[in-house]
Amino acid sequence: MTATARTPAAAGTPLPRPPRAQGRPAPGPWRRRLYRWDVSYSPYAFISPFFLFFGAFGLFPLLYTGWASLHRVELASPDHMEWVGLHNYARLLDDAFFWNALRNTLTIGVLSTVPQLLMALWLAHLLHYRLRAATFWRVALLTPYATSVAAATLVFVLLYGRDYGMVNWALGALGIDPVDWQNGTWSSQIAVSSIVIWRWTGYNALIYLAAMQAVPDELYESAALDGASRRQQFRYVTVPALRPTILFTVVVSTIGATQLFGEPLLFGGAGGQKGGASHQFQTLGLYLYEQGWFNFHLGRASAVAWTMFLILLLIAAANMLIARRLRKSH
Amino acid sequence: MTLTTTGRPRREGPGPQRRPRTRTAVLRRLRRLGRLRPRRQRPGPAPTPATARTRAGRQLHGGPLTYAVLAVFTAGSLFPLVWTAVTASRDNMRLAKTPPPFWFGTRLAENTGTAWTEANMGLALLNTLLVAGTVALGTVLFCTVAGFAFAKLKFRFSGALLLLTIGTMMVPPQLSVVPLFMVIAELKWTNQLQSVVLPTLVSAFGVFFMRQYLLEALPGELVEAARVDGASSLRIIWHVVFPVARPAMAVLAMLSFVQAWNDFFWPIIALTQENPTVQVALTGLGRGYVPDQAVIMAGALLGTLPLLLAFTLFGKQIVGGIMRGAVKG
Repeated sequence: MTATARTPAAAGTPLPRPPRAQGRPAPGPWRRRLYRWDVSYSPYAFISPFFLFFGAFGLFPLLYTGWASLHRVELASPDHMEWVGLHNYARLLDDAFFWNALRNTLTIGVLSTVPQLLMALWLAHLLHYRLRAATFWRVALLTPYATSVAAATLVFVLLYGRDYGMVNWALGALGIDPVDWQNGTWSSQIAVSSIVIWRWTGYNALIYLAAMQAVPDELYESAALDGASRRQQFRYVTVPALRPTILFTVVVSTIGATQLFGEPLLFGGAGGQKGGASHQFQTLGLYLYEQGWFNFHLGRASAVAWTMFLILLLIAAANMLIARRLRKSH
Repeated sequence: MTLTTTGRPRREGPGPQRRPRTRTAVLRRLRRLGRLRPRRQRPGPAPTPATARTRAGRQLHGGPLTYAVLAVFTAGSLFPLVWTAVTASRDNMRLAKTPPPFWFGTRLAENTGTAWTEANMGLALLNTLLVAGTVALGTVLFCTVAGFAFAKLKFRFSGALLLLTIGTMMVPPQLSVVPLFMVIAELKWTNQLQSVVLPTLVSAFGVFFMRQYLLEALPGELVEAARVDGASSLRIIWHVVFPVARPAMAVLAMLSFVQAWNDFFWPIIALTQENPTVQVALTGLGRGYVPDQAVIMAGALLGTLPLLLAFTLFGKQIVGGIMRGAVKG
């Protein structure tokens, strides 16, 4: 039989004769050549739109940013580039605000990522029970994900208002003095982190839930037979099985935290790119924006972008090391 | 060769008289062969008798405490959104008093109107709809086709190209902002929508997502059979790949629509308040463009409402899509 006869689609062919003879005349040489071309070149045609856009708007800019970071480029005349070597990077390392931004990015990153993922894990654990209205809980917990950075931050600015904000009112009801959320270093960073946490906890919970549902039931059965309590089952069955997923979410959240931009920008109100009066919550993303579009130094902004890229590469390398260590320990 | 799964008795040997020419026919045939999962698939574990019996400690019903904690988190998730509506229906004076308002006022229409005209929210919504719609369409089309090529076709460098695609999934948008800005300044595209659409028209994640889906969902024999029948590649895409890929395409469309709707960093740089997307207009509001808190919140409400509406309608599918993407990705 021919190849098709074994295939499921051919299971429905009308007659047990070769499918070639399907009432169609044998194709001429021209048609046959066209067909051969189609088979061998169509894959490239299929991937070319993607790689065309990807090359023009992804790969080329990535490399060109590196090139621009070695030049003096002004915002007013972006086509005029003057070679300065590593000067932009030297300026960067000398700038106290750069180190400030790096520190802020790190602290806000930890403040937002750690509680977010822990809460997501807990929520996923709860969602994994058999629940009434299971879909409702999932959709409701995901709604913050549908809210844009801008809309979310504007509400939180109001909630964290110093004089009339709801958070301070609630604290006052508990007998705690009002906090000047925007002007304190820690308070502002906690406030910015809370916006990130609010938007992403539900999303991560769903990712953990998906991973939990993939854990085979037998593992829990045997754990239960061994007399493991539910808490112990969570600790010794669920968490180890989720390790790759947890690592994945840690990496994704870390990348997100490195790029943090919209939340601090809008939390700062009118002079948002500074990240507060004393730059107390200026992140690297904001610093880049300030250098390029408020101080008009596109070259320096490019240097910041590539520094961020290098930091991400370091994170990726660390991630790979950890993943390898985890694999070895199993 | 009885491959029936639907219980309909089938004759031995030659099957029905028609080859699957249309999408529905392909779908029906696939489903009959058990290649495609049934239409209504629940994201959760199917409550088959087997798992119901062996529910050892895990698939227990949630207790009252579980519901209580979930309710608290749900309230926390929904409260800022509800409060957006509450403040959008008040006036600025009321927002400058303690305690803050807890219930709706009467000025919703008025504030929304002000936001619509003063913050350009009408134009912003239209622009965003255009941008997000185009991006979702382009992403789904290009990524499905490329994902199919990576999943089922053999060609030179396919491995290396796929690796390149995956490797750039994590490159942050900040890295390309400066050259992109230089290009659109050169082309005099500042403030024009194509400067926002074109850079996000394809996504590496989309290609990977579609590849992973088609790898499992599309039997290679089906493509080969169509080939033997002399179908051209375009025909195969249209009559075989698209019907099979439809569920994943819908998920990818929704995800890229949400992402494009909420895209922030690049639109802020490429557009101004004269021709904004929703996020740009909201940024203008937040930075003191209109110094009225109630109007600002009305703008935020306007900018969020369309997506919230979509979430109430398609929430189940979006949740399912995110969870499926999580396991595969």
